[in-house]
Amino acid sequence: MIRTLPRSTAYTTGFKIFIILYFTFLFAPLLVTMVLAFNDSMFPSLPWNGFTLDWFFGNGPKKYGIFHDSINLRAIYNSFRVAIGVTILSTIVGTMAAFLFEQEDFKFKNLLYFLMIAPMVIPGVILGISILMFSNAVGTFFDKTFGWNIKLFDPGIWLVILGQFSFITTIVALLVIARLKKFDRTLEEAAYNLGAKRWEVIWFITLKYLRPSIIGGAAVAFLMSFENFNTTLFLVGPDATLPITLYLQVRDGSTPVINAIAFLLIVTTSTIALINLYASRKIEE
Amino acid sequence: MKRSSKLKVRWGFIIFFTPVFLWLMLLIVLPHIELLRMSFIGTDFYGKSGFTLENYGGFFKEPIYWRTFARTAIYSILVTFIVLVIALPVAFYITKLAKPKAQGFFTVLLLIPFWVSELIRIYGWIILLRESGVINFVLLKLHLIKQPYEMLYHDATMIMGLVYTSMLFMVVPIMGVMESLDNALIEAAYDLGAKKLAIWRKIIIPYCTPGIMSGSIIVFMLVLGSYLTPKLMGGKNALWFTEQIYNQIIIYFNWNQGAAFGFLLLLMSSIIIFIALKLTKQEFTKVIK
Repeated sequence: MIRTLPRSTAYTTGFKIFIILYFTFLFAPLLVTMVLAFNDSMFPSLPWNGFTLDWFFGNGPKKYGIFHDSINLRAIYNSFRVAIGVTILSTIVGTMAAFLFEQEDFKFKNLLYFLMIAPMVIPGVILGISILMFSNAVGTFFDKTFGWNIKLFDPGIWLVILGQFSFITTIVALLVIARLKKFDRTLEEAAYNLGAKRWEVIWFITLKYLRPSIIGGAAVAFLMSFENFNTTLFLVGPDATLPITLYLQVRDGSTPVINAIAFLLIVTTSTIALINLYASRKIEE
Repeated sequence: MKRSSKLKVRWGFIIFFTPVFLWLMLLIVLPHIELLRMSFIGTDFYGKSGFTLENYGGFFKEPIYWRTFARTAIYSILVTFIVLVIALPVAFYITKLAKPKAQGFFTVLLLIPFWVSELIRIYGWIILLRESGVINFVLLKLHLIKQPYEMLYHDATMIMGLVYTSMLFMVVPIMGVMESLDNALIEAAYDLGAKKLAIWRKIIIPYCTPGIMSGSIIVFMLVLGSYLTPKLMGGKNALWFTEQIYNQIIIYFNWNQGAAFGFLLLLMSSIIIFIALKLTKQEFTKVIK
């Protein structure tokens, strides 16, 4: 049954085949996508026409690689801007939320905590449309009463950042809370007894202890922001992010330049994820 | 002395409280109130807007709307079950059967696709499955089929895609609880002559219920709110409810109808999660963490 118990060969082999099939299922689409980025063909399909790097570096006349594809490059740049904004905002507010719910007591704490985890069970599409409608209402209000036309309330990069921030902060907060729960508060008390002020205790002791979870939370926030589609779809203005432009290209059919982008994305994100995982392992040991 | 220290504590509270409160009020509570308000507003024949139930009435009058709604709900529950049935043995193998050295490797392997965007993963399946896709090409070359077969745009393909994209959100929480399950419990049951099925039913599954529930809730929400997978892999005349919302808001520019649809989706998902939590005797704030 388990490692320590006797098992029949059929049981073990059956399980092994199941796991192999499972991982094949998991990786087949990713591997095929990556391999076809190097196929010398106008379409992302077989037959194999030979190896090429044109979908990365090609500069026309027939093939434009990703490094000469201004639309996709622009989208990558936008995604970076959004992801950096979301990461900074949600890491700061998420950490503050962790302190608020773990170290402070106040009326309606449970209600506020419930509200904080609610974004986990609100579909991203609904978050997108409700924030769109609310910002539109606020924008109209300012326009009608004061005659101010504030750009922040129109669909665009700021609204995308706020929309993603609204639920990614919950994830960061939950990650930091998980670590803060294990924190030995006598360390703080010792510092207070030695005359430290609250901010000194937080800065020199608690935040030091929380650092791995904050860095981990920031990495998760960055990756989630970079790949977000559902919420972004409704809030995006003229500056489309990468998932939005990629979606249009996938829907309408495109050259293997998408495979090249996918290749770069898969390699980069798995590197970040691996570093993050390795670092968190090391801290736990 | 005592008073001043108390005052400082309140300052700390205000610094932590304000951004969190602003976040939840301005980006969660007020937008959803606005969503609800919008869903009760309609424009009459003369262009005057006012309170109406028409947006909800329209939903029940048009079979296409509530059929899509019901279809989305039923398929989401079905996908959650399929994911659970696949995820349990995977988590069990990695935590309890694989050699301890291989465990770390498997975990890393599991997590890699987790970080690649849904769009890229679906794109991979499109390349594999479409009429001119890789699988058809290989099958033709091997003379197993005579004509390419369009494997995309069926309900079964869409379900597979949804299972694929949400799988990891079930495996990871279940692995989390399964790791803490004491092997001695299983060994004791085995020594007392329990069958495998009994061990699963009486020990493993009850112990893993919190993980199963948090995985199920996240998978269910992801599938229900999914837009890309049904749109790119599903049949052309079989819509997902999120597509109806998108159409109302972006294509017809009927925000009031879209708001009503959005609110109905939110209501339905809350009710289903509430029932599931009650049935398994779990608490929402304990399950999501």
